[in-house]
Order: sequence, then structure tokens, then C-alpha cells
Amino acid sequence: MAHDHHSKDEKVIYVGDSRVKQGGKFVPPPDYSAYPGKSEAFIPNFLLKEWMVGCVVLIGFLALIIAHPSPLGYPADPNNSAFIPMPDWYFLFMYQLLKYPYLSEDYVVFGTVIIPGLLFGALTLAPFLDTGKERRFYKRPIASSLMLLSFAAVVYLTVVSWDHYQHELEINNIIPEHIERAEKLAAGEDVREEEEETVIPIVGQSEVGYEIYEASSCLSCHASGLEGQASFPPLLGIGDKYTEDELVDIMKNGIGTMPAQWDSNITNGLTEDELNTLAAWLATQKAPAEDAASAE
Amino acid sequence: MLKKMYNWIDERLDITPMWRDVADHEVPEHVNPAHHFSAFVYCFGGLTFFITILQILSGMFLTMYYVPDITNAYKSVDFLQHEVAFGVIVRGMHHWGASLVIVMMFLHTLRVFFTGSYKAPREMNWVVGMLIFMVMLGLGFTGYLLPWDNKAYFATKVGIQIAASVPLLGPYIETFLQGGSITGAQTLTRFFALHVFFLPGALFALLAGHFIMIRKQGISGPL
Repeated sequence: MAHDHHSKDEKVIYVGDSRVKQGGKFVPPPDYSAYPGKSEAFIPNFLLKEWMVGCVVLIGFLALIIAHPSPLGYPADPNNSAFIPMPDWYFLFMYQLLKYPYLSEDYVVFGTVIIPGLLFGALTLAPFLDTGKERRFYKRPIASSLMLLSFAAVVYLTVVSWDHYQHELEINNIIPEHIERAEKLAAGEDVREEEEETVIPIVGQSEVGYEIYEASSCLSCHASGLEGQASFPPLLGIGDKYTEDELVDIMKNGIGTMPAQWDSNITNGLTEDELNTLAAWLATQKAPAEDAASAE
Repeated sequence: MLKKMYNWIDERLDITPMWRDVADHEVPEHVNPAHHFSAFVYCFGGLTFFITILQILSGMFLTMYYVPDITNAYKSVDFLQHEVAFGVIVRGMHHWGASLVIVMMFLHTLRVFFTGSYKAPREMNWVVGMLIFMVMLGLGFTGYLLPWDNKAYFATKVGIQIAASVPLLGPYIETFLQGGSITGAQTLTRFFALHVFFLPGALFALLAGHFIMIRKQGISGPL
């Protein structure tokens, strides 16, 4: 190994067989003699000052956090069609672009690709577009005015978008969910209970009541698992709401928008006894007891 | 004792030049707010980094409680916000910090632009800075979905719809972001992975490049 013999001719001597040079005195980086004045060392002089600025920012930041807890609305519900979608504020200007004619629908490519592409592309390539030696902004009128113009446009679009959102909330009489939920929580309401989507299981699917259910007209609207569909409510847990007699009454006379079903089922070949058994079976559709649920 | 340990390590790894290079470089007068108050505009880059560090730390603590699945994501955020000790502060730091980091970064970009600091020989550092900007916007977009409330869900859904309307690439971007044909469980885990692993990884690499370049070239001179 060449490193094993340290001859005087060798200019660079390494530590053992490593690549670390031995005994080299550290050469400090060149100072900023090009900028005469009160330059100072980064550590500790300048960094301590920088940390002072950091502390001031941190205090302001923590005050903001304590004054405004971060928002949280209601759990995401994909079927919620009334919710007004809004991106975070720094995307609003691009979102607003898409609301103008010639930037949306047939021309949407202008709003999604061309304008944002030009904006970010030009910004990224700024050093290659603005190649002059001059650095002062007032001696670079084209670059500076384009930047000021884009900045003004971004601010304008953001403000318009936010105003529009506030207006929409007002005319639809909507309180943003995160505000509503925070108020309810502060008032001691149990919002989490409502958010809980408890699925009530079907009771006694092997019993004769279920066979009658399958043969009846109930099935076509309330579905084979009693889960209901579209605007037809589920029958799961119906026993918690109605007694057997009330269920018979609903079958005979209908309820709400549901028409009477008793007679049509008789004509379709079910007997009164069977329908009474069905009502008794439906009355057993109860949510599992709290204890049983929590013990699971 | 400490000095001996340091010498022992230095002898083997020659670490002195590494930290001396960071510590000993001179900071010129024209960027020092102690000498010229208007030089506070040169603080925005450092403050962006400071807020980024806060984001990383608060994010690390948030992942101790956050669960990226559609039934528990919301509940874990709610628990974090209302039950966990200081959870409201840590989540607050991450929520407001996300906005603040964009503000600081924007101010830093404007400072570099209006002082013409992006000009030769610093073109590459500007381009890397713009890439950092885009990664930050990506972090903002992916992080917005994670609380899984209506605001998060519908903003992401619309965002993905807009991305899907891009000609040619649109459907691919949609599948990539959504992880399926609907905005749902797959989207959430995907955004979580992007937000916590992929984008921060890219961010660290770009930040390292940004800092190595500024150290190598020095800060731009006075106007």
C-alpha cells in the first residue's frame, strides 16, 4: 500500500489507509474583503441576532396559535352536495382563474395549464430571461413591472375569490362547519355522538319472519338487508321506534309518503297471520344494547 | 475530556473544516439588520427555514396520534385537538405554520427577485428555490386532505378534478393522485405517504442543494 510508507517526496499524507489527510492546517474561507464594512462571523455573532429575530417571530406565531385554534369541520361525507368546496388560501388565485369565460369549459386548458404554466415557467426561468448585469429593480423596468403586475393579479384574484365565497355563504345562510362545530362543542353539545355512524345489524335473519319479508312487497323498497335505498329509509332498528301494533298499522294505512301495503300483499298471496308474524319480527329489530356493544 | 474526544475524532475524520466552514464565514454588513434596519428583508430565507423546522417537528409529533384511514383519520385529529395534552398547540403550529411557511417563502422569493440576486452566477440556486416552492405547494395540497373533514375532502376532490381536466396527462395525474376511480380510502393513504415521506424527502434534498450552493457562492453583494 502506497499509504504505508511516508516518504518525504509525498506531498499529501493520509491517516492510516483512509482518505483523510493528516495534519493539514485548516484554511479559513476567504473573508468578504470585497464588501468593506462591518462584516462579522456567522457563528456566534450573526446567528445570535438571527435567533433574536426568530424568537420575535416565534412569539407572534404562538400568540396566533393560541388565539385561533386550528379549524376542524364535520367528518367527510361524499354524499354531502351542499358543501361549497374551497382550497387553501394560497391556491385561491388559480381556483378563481377557472371561473372566468375563456379560461373555463372549452377553454379550460388556458386556466389549468397555459396561464399557471407561463407564470411558474417564467418565474423558474427568470435568471435566463433577465440576463442583464444590472441588479437594482428600478434599473430593470421590464422584469420588475412584470413581477409587480403578476403579484397584483394574484392578490386581486385571491381577494375576489374569498369575497365570492363569503357572499355565497351569506346568501345560502351557511355557517362554515368548523365554526359551527367549535361553537357546539363550546356550548357542551355532544357533536361526536351525531357524527358516529352506528350500523345496526339485522336481527334474526334465519327466522320465518325474514322469509315472509322476502316474499312481501316491503323488499322492493327497503332492500334485502333492511338497509333501505335512496329515499326509502332503512328498517334496521325499527323495533326501537315502533311497537308491533304500530307496525301493523303502518302496513295497513301507510306512513308519510309510503302507501298502505297490507291489502296488496294479501292479494299477492300472503296471509294475515304471516303479515302479523312479519310485524312481530320487525318489532324485534332493535339496536344492540349499549352494554353488549361496548363489551364487544 | 471533551477536547480529547474531539481531537480523537478529528484525527480520524478531519471534521474541523466541515464545521469551521459553516461557522467561520463572514456575514457582510449589507445583510445585517443590526447595521441597516432595511436588511431585515434578508431574514426571510432564514425564517422560512426556521418555520420549516417547526413544521417537521410538529409533524413528527402529529404522526404519533394521526391514523391515515377514512374511519379513524377524522377521529384521531379530533382526539388530538381536544384530548391530547398540548395537542391543540402542536396541531395549531402545523396548521398555521403551513400558511406561514408559504408567506415567508414568498417574501424570500420577492427579496431575491427585487435585489436581482438570482443573476449569474446564482441561476441554479434560484431554480432549486423554485423547485422548493413547488414542493411546498405540494405539501400544502396533500396535507390539506389529511384531517378528512368536509373541507378537506371536497377541496381535494375539486383539486383532482381540475388536474384531471389537463389535456393528455390529466387522466394519469388523476389516477396517480387518487389511487383509484374515486376520492376515497386510497387517496387518503396516498396523500399521507406523499405528505410524510416522498415530498419531505424531495424537500430535504433540495434544501441541502440550496444551502450548499449559497455556502459555496456566498450571499450576493450589496446593490
